[in-house]
Amino acid sequence: MTPRQKMIWVFGGVLAVLIVASLVGALLGKRATSERSRATIDNLKARVNAWWVMIVVLAIAFALGRTATLVLFAFASFFALREFITLTPTRPGDYVPLVLAFFVLLPAQYLLIAHDQYGTFAIFIPVYGFLLLPAAATFAGDTHEFLERSAKIQWAAMICVYCISYAPALLLLKIPGYEDSNPLLLFYLLLIVQLSDVLQYVFGKLFGRTKLAPLVSPSKTVEGLIGGGLSTTLIGGALAWMTPFTGLQALAISFVIVVMGVLGGLTLSAMKRGLGAKDWGVMIEGHGGMLDRMDSVSFAAPVFFHIVRYFFT
Amino acid sequence: MRPSSFLFTGLVKLLVGAFPRWIGCGPEPRQRIYFANHTSHIDTVAIWAALPIRLRYDTHPVAAKDYWGRGLRRYLATRALRAVLIDRSRSDPNANPLAPLIETLQLGGSLIIFPEGTRGSSPVPAPFKSGLYHLAAQFPTVQLVPVYLENLHRSLPKGALLPIPMTCTVRFGTPVALEAGEVKEAFLERARGAVIKLAGHIKA
Repeated sequence: MTPRQKMIWVFGGVLAVLIVASLVGALLGKRATSERSRATIDNLKARVNAWWVMIVVLAIAFALGRTATLVLFAFASFFALREFITLTPTRPGDYVPLVLAFFVLLPAQYLLIAHDQYGTFAIFIPVYGFLLLPAAATFAGDTHEFLERSAKIQWAAMICVYCISYAPALLLLKIPGYEDSNPLLLFYLLLIVQLSDVLQYVFGKLFGRTKLAPLVSPSKTVEGLIGGGLSTTLIGGALAWMTPFTGLQALAISFVIVVMGVLGGLTLSAMKRGLGAKDWGVMIEGHGGMLDRMDSVSFAAPVFFHIVRYFFT
Repeated sequence: MRPSSFLFTGLVKLLVGAFPRWIGCGPEPRQRIYFANHTSHIDTVAIWAALPIRLRYDTHPVAAKDYWGRGLRRYLATRALRAVLIDRSRSDPNANPLAPLIETLQLGGSLIIFPEGTRGSSPVPAPFKSGLYHLAAQFPTVQLVPVYLENLHRSLPKGALLPIPMTCTVRFGTPVALEAGEVKEAFLERARGAVIKLAGHIKA
């Protein structure tokens, strides 16, 4: 199969799953009687509808090519950063570092990726951003909780810009025998991460009894985690044909993606609850904000990128 | 609607969201004065962008002539936003500064006003100037809708040029009306209270 045919197959598969999900939602909606099950079904429908929109947007970006995909992820970073900063208490003294994060670091990071500058994009925010953001804040002369305020902006830039940008950076990797196929690798990452979230939700709703971390992420259950995580890993192994990996390698790598995704979900959930919110935002109906959808991606993407880069290029 | 209006409101929505929250009334097409807290230069566009497109055409923001009256700003204010310019400096002491507002209301248009008169830097509005009272007394049939702009004081601090992108909600509250025999100070304080009440409203 050519990379193009493979892409059509996976997109077709996802569309088939979405059609089934929409049908199931419509059927369950007719049978739901109690107030509570109604609310669950309505949320389920909203989530599925949002998936339709997200998959269509992704398909259009993929069809348009690498630049469009980079622009799409740059906007995802922008909206994620906007949500992060909205929930984070800032002071007027943070104005300059915030402007730098939005209007310098973010576009620069994606431009570096667009120009294939691996050596620079991999250290740009962790080195230069890390040092210069707090340095820029010193000129405002506000020392109140300076360390805390610096950490908040640094974390915002790292998660929302640096970590998310690793996903489209997969398009840069030159993998022998896998030329012109990199969009498949990006799709593989997104598919495994999001499938893991969805299946953990489904397994949790069906069999969930034991709460995993009630204070951090009240909807996560041990049963959902194990059921969703294992089934996603198996699907990841079965999808080895769209990757440069063997079946066993795909199994191991998708397991790592799942684990990182779970850790990302838990960590960012702890952060948003520490900031007093239940969702990061309201952009994506049924899901919450951009960061509620990208939390697992932000942790999985850098690790996946470096595994592929180290072992396969 | 002009392309410049779309461009301008689109840009503002990208930067600060301007998500409408109709808490105490709906987006009905009736003659209204929207009055809001004022903390930044984006306030005007944020409220305007939060209104449905069909209401924007006949809802005119009131902007200060000394800031919005020149060059590109004047173009944006009067052409893109269809704003009414008000003379804060009272260059002609005999002229009624409210005259352009009264004219707009007489023609059936709606207004967006900031009764504090100037931008503040706190989440809670300063005491209101008397303009709102005079308009309320003169136009008893026009609905007075309190509006609270959340977060914009963080997005664009006074003196800053570039807004920090931040999700801002525009909350529309329950309309207030001037009661029979109500004195000016009591009415203005009640109207201000209606805006402050929206500040405490939980995110929808």
